[in-house]
Amino acid sequence: MTEFFQSFGMNYEWAWFVATISGILLIALPLMLAVAMIIYVDRKVWAAINLRRGPNVVGPWGLLQSFADGLKVFLQETIIPSAANKGIFLLAPIITFTVALAAWAVVPFDAGVVLADINVGLLYILAISSLGVYGVVMSGWASNSKYPFYSAMRAAAQMISYEVSIGFILVCVVLFAGTFNLSAIVNEQQGFGLGIINAYVVHPLLFPMWVVFFISSLAETARVPFDLTEAESELVAGYQTEYSSMSFALFWLGEYANILLMCSLNTLLFFGGWLPPLDVDWIPWFDIPGIIWFLGKTFLFFFMFSWVMATVPRYRYDQLMRLGWKVFLPMSLLFVAVISGYLMATGHFEGQA
Amino acid sequence: MIQTLAFYLFAALVIASGTFVITARNPVHSVLWLILAFFNAAGLMVLVGAEFIAMLVVIVYVGAVAVLFLFVVMMLNIDFAEMRAGFIKNFPLGIAIALVLLAELVMGIGAYRAGILELGSPDGTGATPISMSNIEAFGALFYSKYVFLFEAAGLILLVAMIGAIMLTHRRRPDGARGHQDIGKQVRRNPDEATQMKQPGVGEGVEL
Repeated sequence: MTEFFQSFGMNYEWAWFVATISGILLIALPLMLAVAMIIYVDRKVWAAINLRRGPNVVGPWGLLQSFADGLKVFLQETIIPSAANKGIFLLAPIITFTVALAAWAVVPFDAGVVLADINVGLLYILAISSLGVYGVVMSGWASNSKYPFYSAMRAAAQMISYEVSIGFILVCVVLFAGTFNLSAIVNEQQGFGLGIINAYVVHPLLFPMWVVFFISSLAETARVPFDLTEAESELVAGYQTEYSSMSFALFWLGEYANILLMCSLNTLLFFGGWLPPLDVDWIPWFDIPGIIWFLGKTFLFFFMFSWVMATVPRYRYDQLMRLGWKVFLPMSLLFVAVISGYLMATGHFEGQA
Repeated sequence: MIQTLAFYLFAALVIASGTFVITARNPVHSVLWLILAFFNAAGLMVLVGAEFIAMLVVIVYVGAVAVLFLFVVMMLNIDFAEMRAGFIKNFPLGIAIALVLLAELVMGIGAYRAGILELGSPDGTGATPISMSNIEAFGALFYSKYVFLFEAAGLILLVAMIGAIMLTHRRRPDGARGHQDIGKQVRRNPDEATQMKQPGVGEGVEL
Protein backbone atom coordinates (compact mmCIF):
# COMPACT_ATOMS: atom_id res chain seq x y z
CA MET A 1 0.00 0.00 0.00
CA THR A 2 2.99 2.27 0.56
CA GLU A 3 3.68 2.26 -3.21
CA PHE A 4 0.09 3.28 -3.85
CA PHE A 5 0.46 6.39 -1.72
CA GLN A 6 3.91 7.09 -3.15
CA SER A 7 2.30 7.27 -6.58
CA PHE A 8 0.55 10.42 -5.38
CA GLY A 9 3.95 12.08 -5.04
CA MET A 10 4.44 11.62 -1.29
CA ASN A 11 7.92 10.80 -0.07
CA TYR A 12 8.50 7.30 1.32
CA GLU A 13 8.12 8.09 5.02
CA TRP A 14 4.83 9.94 4.67
CA ALA A 15 3.51 7.30 2.29
CA TRP A 16 4.44 4.62 4.82
CA PHE A 17 2.76 6.57 7.60
CA VAL A 18 -0.48 7.13 5.70
CA ALA A 19 -0.47 3.52 4.44
CA THR A 20 -0.05 2.16 7.97
CA ILE A 21 -2.80 4.37 9.38
CA SER A 22 -5.21 3.34 6.62
CA GLY A 23 -4.19 -0.30 7.10
CA ILE A 24 -5.04 -0.04 10.79
CA LEU A 25 -8.43 1.46 9.97
CA LEU A 26 -9.05 -1.19 7.29
CA ILE A 27 -8.55 -3.91 9.91
CA ALA A 28 -10.08 -2.26 12.98
CA LEU A 29 -13.34 -0.99 11.49
CA PRO A 30 -14.42 -4.25 9.79
CA LEU A 31 -13.31 -6.04 12.94
CA MET A 32 -15.70 -3.95 15.03
CA LEU A 33 -18.50 -4.76 12.58
CA ALA A 34 -17.50 -8.44 12.71
CA VAL A 35 -17.61 -8.36 16.51
CA ALA A 36 -21.11 -6.88 16.45
CA MET A 37 -22.32 -9.53 14.03
CA ILE A 38 -20.51 -12.34 15.81
CA ILE A 39 -22.29 -11.48 19.06
CA TYR A 40 -25.55 -11.83 17.16
CA VAL A 41 -24.38 -15.18 15.73
CA ASP A 42 -23.37 -16.31 19.19
CA ARG A 43 -26.81 -15.60 20.60
CA LYS A 44 -28.56 -17.15 17.59
CA VAL A 45 -26.53 -20.38 17.76
CA TRP A 46 -27.00 -20.58 21.48
CA ALA A 47 -30.75 -20.06 21.06
CA ALA A 48 -31.02 -22.64 18.27
CA ILE A 49 -29.32 -25.29 20.40
CA ASN A 50 -31.64 -24.42 23.30
CA LEU A 51 -34.65 -24.63 20.91
CA ARG A 52 -35.36 -20.91 21.31
CA ARG A 53 -35.65 -18.19 18.68
CA GLY A 54 -32.94 -15.86 19.91
CA PRO A 55 -32.87 -12.16 18.99
CA ASN A 56 -35.50 -11.64 16.27
CA VAL A 57 -37.08 -8.24 16.84
CA VAL A 58 -34.62 -5.50 15.84
CA GLY A 59 -34.23 -5.46 12.05
CA PRO A 60 -34.76 -8.41 9.70
CA TRP A 61 -34.19 -11.67 11.65
CA GLY A 62 -32.92 -9.54 14.52
CA LEU A 63 -29.74 -8.71 12.59
CA LEU A 64 -29.49 -5.22 14.12
CA GLN A 65 -29.75 -6.48 17.71
CA SER A 66 -26.08 -5.82 18.49
CA PHE A 67 -26.34 -2.24 17.22
CA ALA A 68 -29.42 -1.65 19.36
CA ASP A 69 -27.48 -3.02 22.35
CA GLY A 70 -24.56 -0.79 21.49
CA LEU A 71 -26.79 2.27 21.30
CA LYS A 72 -28.39 1.40 24.62
CA VAL A 73 -25.00 1.02 26.29
CA PHE A 74 -23.78 4.26 24.72
CA LEU A 75 -26.70 6.21 26.15
CA GLN A 76 -26.26 4.86 29.66
CA GLU A 77 -24.67 6.88 32.42
CA THR A 78 -21.03 6.11 33.21
CA ILE A 79 -20.96 5.22 36.89
CA ILE A 80 -17.67 5.27 38.78
CA PRO A 81 -17.91 3.82 42.29
CA SER A 82 -16.91 6.46 44.84
CA ALA A 83 -14.32 4.18 46.47
CA ALA A 84 -12.83 3.07 43.16
CA ASN A 85 -9.32 3.97 42.08
CA LYS A 86 -10.51 6.29 39.35
CA GLY A 87 -7.58 6.37 36.93
CA ILE A 88 -7.01 2.62 36.87
CA PHE A 89 -10.75 1.97 36.83
CA LEU A 90 -11.09 3.90 33.57
CA LEU A 91 -7.80 2.66 32.11
CA ALA A 92 -8.62 -1.06 32.49
CA PRO A 93 -11.31 -1.38 29.77
CA ILE A 94 -9.21 0.74 27.41
CA ILE A 95 -6.27 -1.64 27.88
CA THR A 96 -8.45 -4.70 27.27
CA PHE A 97 -9.84 -3.17 24.09
CA THR A 98 -6.52 -1.86 22.74
CA VAL A 99 -4.71 -5.12 23.36
CA ALA A 100 -7.48 -7.10 21.66
CA LEU A 101 -7.12 -4.90 18.57
CA ALA A 102 -3.30 -4.72 18.59
CA ALA A 103 -2.88 -8.46 18.15
CA TRP A 104 -4.61 -8.30 14.75
CA ALA A 105 -1.64 -6.38 13.29
CA VAL A 106 0.20 -9.60 12.39
CA VAL A 107 -2.74 -11.76 11.31
CA PRO A 108 -2.49 -12.51 7.55
CA PHE A 109 -5.93 -12.49 5.91
CA ASP A 110 -4.63 -13.60 2.52
CA ALA A 111 -1.24 -14.05 0.87
CA GLY A 112 0.47 -10.72 1.53
CA VAL A 113 -2.61 -9.11 3.10
CA VAL A 114 -1.16 -8.33 6.52
CA LEU A 115 -0.43 -5.06 8.28
CA ALA A 116 2.94 -6.05 9.78
CA ASP A 117 4.63 -9.08 8.22
CA ILE A 118 7.23 -9.39 10.99
CA ASN A 119 9.41 -12.46 11.46
CA VAL A 120 8.44 -12.86 15.13
CA GLY A 121 4.69 -12.73 14.41
CA LEU A 122 3.75 -15.68 16.58
CA LEU A 123 5.79 -14.37 19.52
CA TYR A 124 4.13 -10.98 19.06
CA ILE A 125 0.70 -12.58 19.38
CA LEU A 126 1.83 -14.48 22.48
CA ALA A 127 3.23 -11.26 23.97
CA ILE A 128 0.14 -9.19 23.24
CA SER A 129 -2.27 -11.84 24.47
CA SER A 130 -0.28 -12.06 27.71
CA LEU A 131 -0.99 -8.34 28.16
CA GLY A 132 -4.73 -9.03 28.07
CA VAL A 133 -4.68 -10.17 31.68
CA TYR A 134 -3.83 -6.65 32.86
CA GLY A 135 -7.19 -5.23 31.84
CA VAL A 136 -8.93 -7.83 33.97
CA VAL A 137 -6.59 -7.59 36.97
CA MET A 138 -6.62 -3.80 36.99
CA SER A 139 -10.40 -3.58 36.72
CA GLY A 140 -10.78 -6.12 39.50
CA TRP A 141 -8.48 -4.24 41.83
CA ALA A 142 -9.62 -0.72 40.97
CA SER A 143 -13.31 -1.52 41.45
CA ASN A 144 -12.59 -1.87 45.18
CA SER A 145 -15.23 -4.57 45.49
CA LYS A 146 -15.00 -8.20 46.52
CA TYR A 147 -16.54 -9.95 43.52
CA PRO A 148 -14.43 -8.19 40.87
CA PHE A 149 -11.33 -8.84 42.96
CA TYR A 150 -12.03 -12.58 43.21
CA SER A 151 -12.64 -12.59 39.47
CA ALA A 152 -9.37 -10.80 38.80
CA MET A 153 -7.47 -13.35 40.91
CA ARG A 154 -9.07 -16.21 39.02
CA ALA A 155 -8.46 -14.58 35.65
CA ALA A 156 -4.78 -13.92 36.34
CA ALA A 157 -4.12 -17.49 37.49
CA GLN A 158 -6.14 -19.01 34.67
CA MET A 159 -4.59 -17.00 31.83
CA ILE A 160 -1.01 -17.57 33.03
CA SER A 161 -1.64 -21.30 33.42
CA TYR A 162 -3.04 -21.82 29.97
CA GLU A 163 -0.53 -19.54 28.27
CA VAL A 164 2.21 -22.00 29.29
CA SER A 165 0.67 -24.91 27.40
CA ILE A 166 -0.29 -22.64 24.47
CA GLY A 167 3.38 -21.63 24.29
CA PHE A 168 4.50 -25.25 24.01
CA ILE A 169 1.86 -25.99 21.36
CA LEU A 170 3.10 -23.02 19.33
CA VAL A 171 6.63 -24.46 19.64
CA CYS A 172 5.37 -27.72 18.08
CA VAL A 173 3.93 -25.81 15.12
CA VAL A 174 7.07 -23.71 14.77
CA LEU A 175 9.20 -26.87 14.74
CA PHE A 176 7.24 -28.10 11.73
CA ALA A 177 7.17 -24.74 9.96
CA GLY A 178 10.71 -23.60 10.83
CA THR A 179 9.58 -19.98 11.19
CA PHE A 180 7.70 -17.64 13.50
CA ASN A 181 6.19 -15.66 10.62
CA LEU A 182 2.47 -16.41 10.34
CA SER A 183 2.35 -16.03 6.55
CA ALA A 184 5.27 -18.43 6.19
CA ILE A 185 3.61 -20.90 8.56
CA VAL A 186 0.52 -20.91 6.34
CA ASN A 187 2.62 -21.31 3.19
CA GLU A 188 4.43 -24.29 4.75
CA GLN A 189 1.07 -26.02 5.13
CA GLN A 190 0.41 -26.11 1.37
CA GLY A 191 0.22 -29.77 0.37
CA PHE A 192 1.39 -30.87 3.84
CA GLY A 193 -0.87 -33.91 4.28
CA LEU A 194 -0.02 -36.65 1.73
CA GLY A 195 0.91 -33.92 -0.71
CA ILE A 196 -2.66 -32.70 -1.18
CA ILE A 197 -4.16 -31.56 2.14
CA ASN A 198 -3.40 -27.97 3.14
CA ALA A 199 -3.51 -28.32 6.92
CA TYR A 200 -1.15 -29.19 9.76
CA VAL A 201 -3.95 -30.80 11.70
CA VAL A 202 -3.92 -34.01 9.62
CA HIS A 203 -0.54 -35.00 11.02
CA PRO A 204 -1.05 -37.64 13.75
CA LEU A 205 1.41 -35.81 16.03
CA LEU A 206 -0.20 -32.41 15.52
CA PHE A 207 -3.85 -33.45 15.77
CA PRO A 208 -3.74 -33.97 19.58
CA MET A 209 -1.90 -30.66 19.83
CA TRP A 210 -4.72 -28.94 17.95
CA VAL A 211 -7.28 -30.44 20.35
CA VAL A 212 -5.27 -29.13 23.30
CA PHE A 213 -4.89 -25.76 21.58
CA PHE A 214 -8.61 -25.48 20.94
CA ILE A 215 -9.45 -26.23 24.57
CA SER A 216 -6.71 -23.87 25.76
CA SER A 217 -8.05 -21.11 23.55
CA LEU A 218 -11.44 -21.55 25.21
CA ALA A 219 -9.70 -21.16 28.56
CA GLU A 220 -7.55 -18.25 27.42
CA THR A 221 -10.58 -16.26 26.27
CA ALA A 222 -12.61 -17.36 29.34
CA ARG A 223 -15.33 -18.97 27.23
CA VAL A 224 -17.88 -21.24 28.68
CA PRO A 225 -16.50 -24.34 30.30
CA PHE A 226 -13.79 -22.08 31.73
CA ASP A 227 -15.69 -18.82 32.31
CA LEU A 228 -14.89 -18.84 36.03
CA THR A 229 -13.95 -15.16 35.82
CA GLU A 230 -17.55 -14.13 35.20
CA ALA A 231 -19.38 -17.07 36.72
CA GLU A 232 -22.71 -15.35 37.37
CA SER A 233 -23.82 -17.88 39.97
CA GLU A 234 -20.77 -17.12 42.12
CA LEU A 235 -19.39 -13.70 41.22
CA VAL A 236 -22.29 -11.60 39.88
CA ALA A 237 -20.63 -10.45 36.63
CA GLY A 238 -17.01 -10.96 37.64
CA TYR A 239 -14.59 -8.14 36.95
CA GLN A 240 -17.24 -6.18 35.01
CA THR A 241 -19.61 -5.95 37.98
CA GLU A 242 -18.96 -2.27 38.73
CA TYR A 243 -18.81 -1.15 35.10
CA SER A 244 -21.51 0.51 33.08
CA SER A 245 -21.97 2.29 29.79
CA MET A 246 -19.03 2.59 27.37
CA SER A 247 -16.43 1.18 29.73
CA PHE A 248 -18.55 -1.98 29.94
CA ALA A 249 -18.96 -2.00 26.15
CA LEU A 250 -15.17 -1.82 25.68
CA PHE A 251 -14.74 -4.98 27.79
CA TRP A 252 -17.44 -6.62 25.76
CA LEU A 253 -15.92 -5.70 22.38
CA GLY A 254 -12.42 -6.62 23.53
CA GLU A 255 -13.59 -10.00 24.74
CA TYR A 256 -15.18 -10.90 21.42
CA ALA A 257 -12.25 -9.49 19.42
CA ASN A 258 -10.03 -11.84 21.46
CA ILE A 259 -12.32 -14.77 20.74
CA LEU A 260 -12.15 -14.02 17.01
CA LEU A 261 -8.36 -13.78 17.29
CA MET A 262 -8.17 -17.23 18.90
CA CYS A 263 -10.46 -18.64 16.16
CA SER A 264 -8.22 -17.15 13.48
CA LEU A 265 -5.13 -18.58 15.20
CA ASN A 266 -6.70 -22.04 15.07
CA THR A 267 -7.23 -21.44 11.36
CA LEU A 268 -3.73 -20.12 10.67
CA LEU A 269 -1.73 -22.62 12.68
CA PHE A 270 -3.58 -25.87 12.06
CA PHE A 271 -6.07 -25.46 9.19
CA GLY A 272 -4.06 -23.78 6.45
CA GLY A 273 -5.18 -20.17 6.86
CA TRP A 274 -6.26 -18.68 3.53
CA LEU A 275 -5.49 -21.89 1.56
CA PRO A 276 -8.35 -24.06 0.30
CA PRO A 277 -8.62 -27.48 1.99
CA LEU A 278 -7.04 -29.52 -0.82
CA ASP A 279 -4.04 -28.59 -2.94
CA VAL A 280 -5.55 -29.72 -6.28
CA ASP A 281 -6.28 -27.81 -9.45
CA TRP A 282 -9.24 -29.71 -10.94
CA ILE A 283 -11.60 -28.00 -8.48
CA PRO A 284 -11.42 -24.21 -9.06
CA TRP A 285 -10.65 -23.62 -5.38
CA PHE A 286 -7.79 -21.27 -5.87
CA ASP A 287 -10.08 -18.92 -7.83
CA ILE A 288 -11.97 -18.14 -4.62
CA PRO A 289 -10.15 -15.30 -2.85
CA GLY A 290 -8.05 -16.49 0.08
CA ILE A 291 -9.74 -14.08 2.46
CA ILE A 292 -13.04 -15.96 1.93
CA TRP A 293 -11.39 -19.22 2.96
CA PHE A 294 -9.76 -17.56 5.95
CA LEU A 295 -12.96 -15.91 7.19
CA GLY A 296 -14.98 -19.06 6.50
CA LYS A 297 -12.65 -21.22 8.55
CA THR A 298 -12.52 -18.64 11.33
CA PHE A 299 -16.31 -18.54 11.37
CA LEU A 300 -16.41 -22.35 11.58
CA PHE A 301 -14.26 -22.19 14.71
CA PHE A 302 -16.46 -19.48 16.14
CA PHE A 303 -19.43 -21.76 15.55
CA MET A 304 -17.60 -24.45 17.53
CA PHE A 305 -17.00 -21.96 20.35
CA SER A 306 -20.73 -21.16 20.47
CA TRP A 307 -21.59 -24.84 20.25
CA VAL A 308 -19.39 -25.58 23.26
CA MET A 309 -20.94 -22.64 25.11
CA ALA A 310 -24.45 -24.01 24.60
CA THR A 311 -23.57 -27.61 25.47
CA VAL A 312 -21.19 -27.99 28.38
CA PRO A 313 -21.49 -26.96 32.02
CA ARG A 314 -18.90 -24.83 33.80
CA TYR A 315 -15.73 -26.38 35.25
CA ARG A 316 -14.93 -26.17 38.91
CA TYR A 317 -11.93 -23.95 39.60
CA ASP A 318 -9.63 -26.68 40.94
CA GLN A 319 -10.52 -28.86 37.95
CA LEU A 320 -9.56 -25.98 35.65
CA MET A 321 -6.16 -25.66 37.32
CA ARG A 322 -5.65 -29.42 37.31
CA LEU A 323 -6.43 -29.62 33.58
CA GLY A 324 -3.99 -26.82 32.82
CA TRP A 325 -1.04 -27.85 34.95
CA LYS A 326 -1.37 -31.62 35.36
CA VAL A 327 -2.78 -32.65 31.98
CA PHE A 328 -2.06 -30.07 29.27
CA LEU A 329 1.37 -28.91 30.43
CA PRO A 330 2.99 -32.39 30.68
CA MET A 331 1.23 -33.48 27.50
CA SER A 332 2.38 -30.51 25.42
CA LEU A 333 5.89 -30.73 26.90
CA LEU A 334 6.03 -34.42 25.93
CA PHE A 335 4.85 -33.57 22.42
CA VAL A 336 7.55 -30.93 22.00
CA ALA A 337 10.15 -33.65 22.73
CA VAL A 338 8.41 -36.28 20.60
CA ILE A 339 7.91 -33.94 17.65
CA SER A 340 11.52 -32.72 17.74
CA GLY A 341 12.69 -36.35 17.84
CA TYR A 342 10.36 -37.28 15.00
CA LEU A 343 11.51 -34.37 12.85
CA MET A 344 15.18 -35.17 13.50
CA ALA A 345 14.62 -38.83 12.69
CA THR A 346 12.80 -38.09 9.43
CA GLY A 347 15.45 -35.58 8.35
CA HIS A 348 13.07 -32.61 8.36
CA PHE A 349 15.84 -30.16 9.26
CA GLU A 350 18.36 -31.31 6.64
CA GLY A 351 19.23 -28.52 4.28
CA GLN A 352 18.15 -25.87 6.79
CA ALA A 353 20.70 -23.64 8.41
CA MET B 1 12.45 10.66 11.07
CA ILE B 2 9.86 8.20 12.36
CA GLN B 3 12.59 6.12 14.03
CA THR B 4 13.93 9.21 15.78
CA LEU B 5 10.49 10.22 16.97
CA ALA B 6 9.80 6.67 18.17
CA PHE B 7 13.14 6.54 19.96
CA TYR B 8 12.52 9.78 21.85
CA LEU B 9 8.96 8.70 22.66
CA PHE B 10 10.05 5.32 24.08
CA ALA B 11 13.11 6.74 25.86
CA ALA B 12 11.15 9.57 27.47
CA LEU B 13 8.44 7.14 28.57
CA VAL B 14 10.99 4.72 30.06
CA ILE B 15 12.57 7.48 32.11
CA ALA B 16 9.26 9.02 33.13
CA SER B 17 7.70 5.73 34.17
CA GLY B 18 10.92 4.73 35.93
CA THR B 19 10.69 7.93 37.95
CA PHE B 20 7.06 7.29 38.77
CA VAL B 21 7.93 3.76 39.98
CA ILE B 22 9.90 5.24 42.86
CA THR B 23 7.74 8.30 43.50
CA ALA B 24 4.28 6.70 43.36
CA ARG B 25 2.69 6.53 46.81
CA ASN B 26 0.55 3.50 46.07
CA PRO B 27 2.63 0.30 45.52
CA VAL B 28 0.10 -0.98 42.96
CA HIS B 29 0.64 2.20 40.95
CA SER B 30 4.40 1.59 41.24
CA VAL B 31 4.05 -1.87 39.75
CA LEU B 32 1.87 -0.55 36.92
CA TRP B 33 4.48 2.12 36.11
CA LEU B 34 7.14 -0.58 36.20
CA ILE B 35 5.14 -2.56 33.64
CA LEU B 36 4.97 0.52 31.41
CA ALA B 37 8.74 0.88 31.76
CA PHE B 38 9.27 -2.77 30.72
CA PHE B 39 6.98 -2.30 27.77
CA ASN B 40 8.77 0.80 26.53
CA ALA B 41 12.14 -0.90 27.02
CA ALA B 42 10.81 -3.62 24.69
CA GLY B 43 9.95 -0.86 22.22
CA LEU B 44 13.56 0.39 22.36
CA MET B 45 14.80 -3.16 21.71
CA VAL B 46 12.64 -3.31 18.59
CA LEU B 47 14.20 -0.04 17.41
CA VAL B 48 17.75 -1.45 17.66
CA GLY B 49 16.65 -4.52 15.68
CA ALA B 50 16.51 -7.00 18.56
CA GLU B 51 12.86 -7.92 18.02
CA PHE B 52 13.28 -11.42 19.51
CA ILE B 53 14.55 -10.05 22.83
CA ALA B 54 11.82 -7.41 22.77
CA MET B 55 9.14 -10.09 22.47
CA LEU B 56 10.80 -12.18 25.20
CA VAL B 57 10.85 -9.15 27.53
CA VAL B 58 7.14 -8.64 26.97
CA ILE B 59 6.24 -12.33 27.30
CA VAL B 60 8.43 -13.11 30.32
CA TYR B 61 8.59 -9.87 32.29
CA VAL B 62 5.36 -8.12 31.41
CA GLY B 63 3.26 -11.24 30.80
CA ALA B 64 4.36 -13.41 33.69
CA VAL B 65 6.75 -11.88 36.24
CA ALA B 66 4.98 -8.53 36.57
CA VAL B 67 1.56 -10.20 36.78
CA LEU B 68 2.75 -12.18 39.80
CA PHE B 69 4.28 -9.00 41.22
CA LEU B 70 0.99 -7.18 40.83
CA PHE B 71 -0.82 -10.16 42.28
CA VAL B 72 1.26 -10.14 45.44
CA VAL B 73 1.22 -6.36 45.89
CA MET B 74 -2.55 -6.22 45.43
CA MET B 75 -3.16 -8.89 48.04
CA LEU B 76 -0.80 -7.47 50.65
CA ASN B 77 -2.25 -4.85 52.92
CA ILE B 78 0.70 -2.50 53.05
CA ASP B 79 1.05 -0.07 55.94
CA PHE B 80 2.60 3.08 54.46
CA ALA B 81 3.57 4.64 57.79
CA GLU B 82 5.55 1.54 58.73
CA MET B 83 7.29 1.54 55.35
CA ARG B 84 8.41 5.14 55.68
CA ALA B 85 9.69 4.44 59.18
CA GLY B 86 12.27 2.05 57.69
CA PHE B 87 13.53 4.69 55.26
CA ILE B 88 16.33 6.11 57.44
CA LYS B 89 17.50 2.63 58.46
CA ASN B 90 17.75 1.41 54.85
CA PHE B 91 19.17 4.68 53.49
CA PRO B 92 22.90 3.67 53.56
CA LEU B 93 22.14 0.36 51.83
CA GLY B 94 20.17 2.19 49.16
CA ILE B 95 23.04 4.63 48.59
CA ALA B 96 25.49 1.73 48.31
CA ILE B 97 23.37 -0.02 45.66
CA ALA B 98 22.94 3.25 43.79
CA LEU B 99 26.72 3.77 43.76
CA VAL B 100 27.31 0.26 42.41
CA LEU B 101 24.78 0.89 39.62
CA LEU B 102 26.39 4.25 38.83
CA ALA B 103 29.83 2.60 38.62
CA GLU B 104 28.42 -0.03 36.25
CA LEU B 105 26.91 2.69 34.08
CA VAL B 106 30.20 4.60 33.91
CA MET B 107 32.06 1.40 33.03
CA GLY B 108 29.48 0.59 30.38
CA ILE B 109 29.87 4.01 28.77
CA GLY B 110 33.65 3.66 28.97
CA ALA B 111 33.55 0.26 27.29
CA TYR B 112 31.25 1.66 24.60
CA ARG B 113 33.63 4.53 23.88
CA ALA B 114 36.56 2.09 23.64
CA GLY B 115 35.07 0.54 20.50
CA ILE B 116 32.68 -2.27 19.59
CA LEU B 117 33.02 -5.77 21.00
CA GLU B 118 34.15 -8.40 18.49
CA LEU B 119 31.66 -11.24 18.62
CA GLY B 120 32.69 -14.67 17.35
CA SER B 121 36.18 -16.10 16.96
CA PRO B 122 38.92 -14.48 14.83
CA ASP B 123 38.55 -16.97 11.97
CA GLY B 124 34.97 -15.81 11.42
CA THR B 125 33.15 -18.84 12.81
CA GLY B 126 30.53 -18.01 15.39
CA ALA B 127 29.97 -14.51 14.08
CA THR B 128 26.44 -14.15 12.80
CA PRO B 129 25.80 -13.15 9.20
CA ILE B 130 23.81 -9.97 8.74
CA SER B 131 21.19 -11.79 6.63
CA MET B 132 20.14 -14.07 9.48
CA SER B 133 16.99 -13.29 11.43
CA ASN B 134 17.29 -12.68 15.18
CA ILE B 135 16.02 -16.11 16.19
CA GLU B 136 18.26 -17.98 13.75
CA ALA B 137 21.28 -16.00 14.91
CA PHE B 138 20.49 -16.82 18.55
CA GLY B 139 20.02 -20.48 17.73
CA ALA B 140 23.25 -20.63 15.75
CA LEU B 141 25.22 -19.17 18.67
CA PHE B 142 23.44 -20.84 21.59
CA TYR B 143 23.46 -24.35 20.17
CA SER B 144 27.01 -24.31 18.85
CA LYS B 145 29.51 -21.98 20.51
CA TYR B 146 27.79 -21.44 23.86
CA VAL B 147 26.01 -24.79 24.11
CA PHE B 148 27.52 -25.75 27.50
CA LEU B 149 26.77 -22.39 29.11
CA PHE B 150 23.28 -22.46 27.66
CA GLU B 151 22.56 -25.97 28.91
CA ALA B 152 24.07 -25.14 32.30
CA ALA B 153 21.81 -22.09 32.63
CA GLY B 154 18.81 -24.26 31.76
CA LEU B 155 19.86 -26.88 34.32
CA ILE B 156 20.26 -24.26 37.07
CA LEU B 157 16.78 -22.92 36.36
CA LEU B 158 15.35 -26.45 36.42
CA VAL B 159 17.01 -27.18 39.76
CA ALA B 160 15.71 -23.87 41.15
CA MET B 161 12.21 -24.71 39.98
CA ILE B 162 12.24 -28.19 41.48
CA GLY B 163 13.68 -26.75 44.68
CA ALA B 164 10.91 -24.17 44.92
CA ILE B 165 8.27 -26.85 44.36
CA MET B 166 9.85 -29.11 47.00
CA LEU B 167 10.03 -26.28 49.55
CA THR B 168 6.38 -25.33 49.15
CA HIS B 169 4.97 -28.81 48.73
CA ARG B 170 2.95 -29.99 51.69
CA ARG B 171 2.24 -33.69 51.92
CA ARG B 172 -1.23 -34.14 53.30
CA PRO B 173 -2.17 -37.22 55.32
CA ASP B 174 -4.19 -39.62 53.24
CA GLY B 175 -7.86 -38.79 52.94
CA ALA B 176 -7.46 -35.33 54.46
CA ARG B 177 -9.84 -32.58 53.44
CA GLY B 178 -8.77 -30.74 50.35
CA HIS B 179 -7.49 -33.76 48.48
CA GLN B 180 -9.39 -34.16 45.21
CA ASP B 181 -9.56 -37.47 43.37
CA ILE B 182 -11.05 -36.38 40.05
CA GLY B 183 -11.41 -39.96 38.77
CA LYS B 184 -13.40 -40.95 41.83
CA GLN B 185 -15.60 -37.86 41.56
CA VAL B 186 -16.39 -38.56 37.93
CA ARG B 187 -17.13 -42.24 38.59
CA ARG B 188 -19.79 -41.41 41.21
CA ASN B 189 -23.29 -42.62 40.35
CA PRO B 190 -26.64 -42.06 42.06
CA ASP B 191 -26.66 -45.55 43.63
CA GLU B 192 -23.58 -45.05 45.77
CA ALA B 193 -23.80 -41.28 46.20
CA THR B 194 -27.32 -41.10 47.66
CA GLN B 195 -29.18 -43.03 50.33
CA MET B 196 -32.86 -43.24 51.06
CA LYS B 197 -33.72 -42.50 54.69
CA GLN B 198 -37.08 -42.52 56.37
CA PRO B 199 -36.50 -40.61 59.61
CA GLY B 200 -39.20 -40.89 62.22
CA VAL B 201 -40.64 -37.74 63.75
CA GLY B 202 -38.12 -36.07 66.12
CA GLU B 203 -35.38 -38.66 65.50
CA GLY B 204 -33.22 -37.12 62.83
CA VAL B 205 -30.76 -38.91 60.55
CA GLU B 206 -27.44 -40.48 61.49
CA LEU B 207 -24.82 -39.60 58.89
